Amino acid sequence: MADIPLRDEGASPEGSHDLPAPLFVRSPTDRVLTGVAAGLAARFGMDPLVIRLGFVVLALAGGAGIVLYAVLWLLSTDGAAPAPVKLAPDAAVRRLIAVGLMVTGALLLLRAAGIWFGDALVWPVMLAAAGSVLIWTRGDADERARWSRLAARLPGRPVQTVLTGPVSVLRVLGGGLLIVAGMGAFLAAHDALAAARNVLFSVAVTVIGIGLVFGPWLLRLARQASEERRKRIRSEERAEMAAQLHDSVLQTLALIQRTDDRDEAVALARGQERELRAWLYGRAGTNDVVSAALDEMAGRVERLHHVSVDTVVVGDTRLDDKLRAVVDACGEATMNAAKHSGAKQIAVFVEIEQELVTAYVRDDGKGFDPNTVPEDRRGIADSIVGRIERNGGTASIVSAVGEGTDVEISLPRWTL
Amino acid sequence: MDTVNASEIHVFLVDDHQLFLSGVRSELGPGFIVDGAASDVDAAINEIRQTQPEVVLVDVHMPGGGGAAVISAVLTTHPETKFLALSVSDAPEDVIAVIRAGARGYVTKTIAPDELAEAIRLVHSGDAVFSPRLAGFVLDAFGTDGAQVVDPDLDRLTNREREVLRLIARGYAYKQIAKQLSLSVKTVEAHVSAVLRKLQLSNRYELTRWATERRIV
Repeated sequence: MADIPLRDEGASPEGSHDLPAPLFVRSPTDRVLTGVAAGLAARFGMDPLVIRLGFVVLALAGGAGIVLYAVLWLLSTDGAAPAPVKLAPDAAVRRLIAVGLMVTGALLLLRAAGIWFGDALVWPVMLAAAGSVLIWTRGDADERARWSRLAARLPGRPVQTVLTGPVSVLRVLGGGLLIVAGMGAFLAAHDALAAARNVLFSVAVTVIGIGLVFGPWLLRLARQASEERRKRIRSEERAEMAAQLHDSVLQTLALIQRTDDRDEAVALARGQERELRAWLYGRAGTNDVVSAALDEMAGRVERLHHVSVDTVVVGDTRLDDKLRAVVDACGEATMNAAKHSGAKQIAVFVEIEQELVTAYVRDDGKGFDPNTVPEDRRGIADSIVGRIERNGGTASIVSAVGEGTDVEISLPRWTL
Repeated sequence: MDTVNASEIHVFLVDDHQLFLSGVRSELGPGFIVDGAASDVDAAINEIRQTQPEVVLVDVHMPGGGGAAVISAVLTTHPETKFLALSVSDAPEDVIAVIRAGARGYVTKTIAPDELAEAIRLVHSGDAVFSPRLAGFVLDAFGTDGAQVVDPDLDRLTNREREVLRLIARGYAYKQIAKQLSLSVKTVEAHVSAVLRKLQLSNRYELTRWATERRIV
């Protein structure tokens, strides 16, 4: 059991045995209604069109096709369509004939059982559908190539040429003939029944006939158009991505190759990483949230002092004056730590709550004795504390020699 | 931590980047035996089941379901395996996904070699490893707590747990946290493990929703 490759759906690999294995998988991409026809076609290696027309014909026979469709839908599962089975031309012909015979057999059965809309409707439609299949089934490209080579050498097998070759004059002619015959039979039958010739009715029949001839072609054309549009969008995205990568990432990689200084290389890489992340996760240009402003600050310090600054924000929100003051104070504290502590890593943590914002800037550096603070550090410390106190909060600096430094900031978000 | 672990820890690496695999291999010093490495989900599941390593380092992002797929598949047959997730991503939904699949910890790939070794030891001895950013995510996810809690016993973080997470987010190591809060290191580890359990067992759908909504790194 352990050797069975696992799919990611379903936590337990054995779980899938609880349900009976589905008959086939509906196609998620090629679908007119729910993908049943394309799924079946892929399962049996046929053109979906054949299956679809089979359903249409059976639907006209007292609605049997609709019931059959529903049952098949229930027996199948939704998901990735399996790759269509490739068949030799001979096998393809055999399958086509088999489906034709199955549909015919089903029709005769339904007729005998009395589930029937009438000969005048079903048989002409059947004929027309067969014609449509003949015109519009496609062999895949290499099958066609193989077949055309074969056909050139062995001209004596016209049936296969007609059934599996590409859309050729012969096929269009044969298919068109069948469709016309079907329409004619339909009109003739209704002429005999209805004394009055209904012009509108024959127009409708003609339209349906044209639909059978050109419909699949139009459908295919529409599909190609939408496929092309998707491709164009993809290539535009790629162009934008290439521009972005060229402007930033490639430039940075070039710089990294040219530098001998490891710290410089690390700083360049970190700065680029930060920028790329912001771009990838769609935050470029939205500098009005706390995390973005803090990241920008961290990037600045990293570039200047070759340290790494990690920022964590809890309860991220839009900047306002108070939050801006906290970010600026953090920036000063970080810069201070980068200059004096000797630590390679600085951690900034900001937690924003409804009423209060707290922030911590911490380094693992050499620290200092608060009683004997060097004058240059005193000044910066005062400026951090002063900035926060002016905004109605408190700030304190905790440090001891050899223990690193913690700057703790706490600021009420609203003043009364 | 006093690691008097005379026996070496058997490690398995799962990452689809060869460069990273060989980097970690050479960085892990004495005390670790690399049992093997795999670079895709199916191979990883098979080989982990065969070699039965003690700790698996697994990349969050991989084709074919990612680290979460490896973790949940292996844990169904070998529940004693410990997983430590590594990533460059830091995107909350990815991190939360591997943790909920059963990883005992999460660290970023930029982690220093000695810190990685310590993280593997912690995970091996049954403790949890949170990066500062993961701690931030957890505080964020459980933080803005309204009245609608599905399972109150499970879902709420205690004040102590919150304090511990805050200190992790501030860049403290477990030892420093213990000192700061006047606790033993063991107690700190117990708190982190409790948070991990809540994270894995919590059935609040908001957690997943929160993680997917916040595509902010």
